[in-house]
Amino acid sequence: MTIQELERTASQVRRDIIRMVHGCQSGHPGGSLGATDIVTALYFDQMQIDPANFRMDGVGEDMFFLSNGHISPMFYSILAHRGYFPVSELATFRRLGTRLQGHPTTAEGLPGVRIASGSLGQGLSVAVGAAQAKRLNGDKHLVFVLMGDGEQEEGQIWEAAMYAPAKGVDNLVAIIDYNKKQIDGSTDDVMNLGDMRAKYEAFGWDVIEIDGNNMQAIVNALNLARENAHQGNPQLILAHTEMGMGVDFMMGTHKWHGSAPNDEQAANALSQLEETLGDY
Amino acid sequence: MDFTIQNNKDTRSGFGEGLLEAGRRNPKVVAFCADLTGSLKMGDFAKEFPERFFQTGIAEANMIDMAAGMALSGFVPFTGTFAAFSTGRVYDQIRQSVAYSNKNVKIAASHAGVTLGEDGATHQILEDIGLMKMLPNMTVIVPCDFNQTKAATIAAAEYDGPVYLRFGRPKVPNFTPVDEKFEIGKAQMLQEGTDVTIFACGHLVWKAVQALPILKEMGINAELINIHTIKPLDVEAVLKSVAKTKCVVTAEEHQRNGGLGDSIAQVLAMNNPCPMEMVAVNDVFGQSGTPDELLKAYHLDTPDIVEAVKKVIARK
Repeated sequence: MTIQELERTASQVRRDIIRMVHGCQSGHPGGSLGATDIVTALYFDQMQIDPANFRMDGVGEDMFFLSNGHISPMFYSILAHRGYFPVSELATFRRLGTRLQGHPTTAEGLPGVRIASGSLGQGLSVAVGAAQAKRLNGDKHLVFVLMGDGEQEEGQIWEAAMYAPAKGVDNLVAIIDYNKKQIDGSTDDVMNLGDMRAKYEAFGWDVIEIDGNNMQAIVNALNLARENAHQGNPQLILAHTEMGMGVDFMMGTHKWHGSAPNDEQAANALSQLEETLGDY
Repeated sequence: MDFTIQNNKDTRSGFGEGLLEAGRRNPKVVAFCADLTGSLKMGDFAKEFPERFFQTGIAEANMIDMAAGMALSGFVPFTGTFAAFSTGRVYDQIRQSVAYSNKNVKIAASHAGVTLGEDGATHQILEDIGLMKMLPNMTVIVPCDFNQTKAATIAAAEYDGPVYLRFGRPKVPNFTPVDEKFEIGKAQMLQEGTDVTIFACGHLVWKAVQALPILKEMGINAELINIHTIKPLDVEAVLKSVAKTKCVVTAEEHQRNGGLGDSIAQVLAMNNPCPMEMVAVNDVFGQSGTPDELLKAYHLDTPDIVEAVKKVIARK
């Protein structure tokens, strides 16, 4: 896809996020909007995948894991538009009986989801396991995982961060959605993350630092990570993002982490986001 | 059942042999261990299948989730560490990524219960059966001796779904038949009787076997059933036996809360209430000591089972 096409796709995903969260008056719009560009680039440009024939084991294709499962509206919209399940199903988000649970799960059999996430800090470990499985299978495809920045406060992240370079898990690309905000406020206030780049580099990761809302920068970084893969080190993309990106009143604050817009706010938000692929 | 002691062996060695055999039978079987390869007897597997063995270091949470990631990719991962670190320490990882996500991970948990011995209460978990059986999708297996643990390990590898496999540290009498096929969820009748049913699991099965001749001398014809699978519980076998004996003693190396007795009590209360006594640890932590000393101190020994039988029969 061209950069422009990716950006247009991301615009539709952002519309879906607003409409989904508004529709059920619950969910996490801020982080979803901020990470939209990264995951759009992964699914529509970078990953070799076969949505029409979803395989749980991911053999012969790239795999993606969403560790910060609360940004599920973004994930669901991208999976639907990529062809994993009907776009119309987005209307069922968080409603009783839905396959689109508040946080992604496998229990309802939603194609595209390989493991439950929501309790934070686990996705990197899962991705390392899946990456090692690919190595055992002689499968050269890559495993991608998106994590939150607040999630870096979980100790388990650092267990996995230590393991992957020590064991030469070099078919793994981890991405941190580095928006510097979490539920209780800025990461600086809640728990100063310090120099994330230096921390991961000290653990033995190759680190690429980018503007995570610049589609060209994202594509370039993912291309570079793919080039660097299979050379001994795991790859980390430290993606500086803006929570709420694309909706002016949701940016620059942590207040839209887990709050739904009312009718007026939703209309305002949607007026800022072009409908490009058709609303569900 | 022939109760002749073939030898004295630790159940963890049964796991080690079973894992090796499972690995030979199925190239998809892989193993993770958090710096306890010797204690878990996983060394032979690691030596024969080095590319399928993953040393995780002392990082159990990472281990459980890596196993889940590998399971979803079509492998059959076993994780190995002490029972204390296989359950409470990693409950959230097991809950979200293994049980809820229904991944084919086998959690091999050694050194369970007070028979871990001298290391004391930090390591002597007595709550693990309860923690694991509460999780939907989780199968909970507590084999009684070396042969059965080996067979249970092979059966767990062949079964598709999350399994918690609990075993222990000390050498104990090995008496179940060599290479007897292990049927998950099928209670094992060890001796038929009419006056009382003893349901036991793990190390307490042998303690119950030792109670049989004592009870016989007292004129009590006891039925002994090994509930090696706590979940799914063989409800049919439980009710069938109780319909005959009309009273029950349970015996386990675990807290009364959440253990085998708790599962049996639920079945009885809902279907056929009858007098019941529980030989189990009652809401206290363990302490340092030898396994035998601790079994006596916590009233998990053969005389305790005999006393429980006398008491329950008097309540009939």
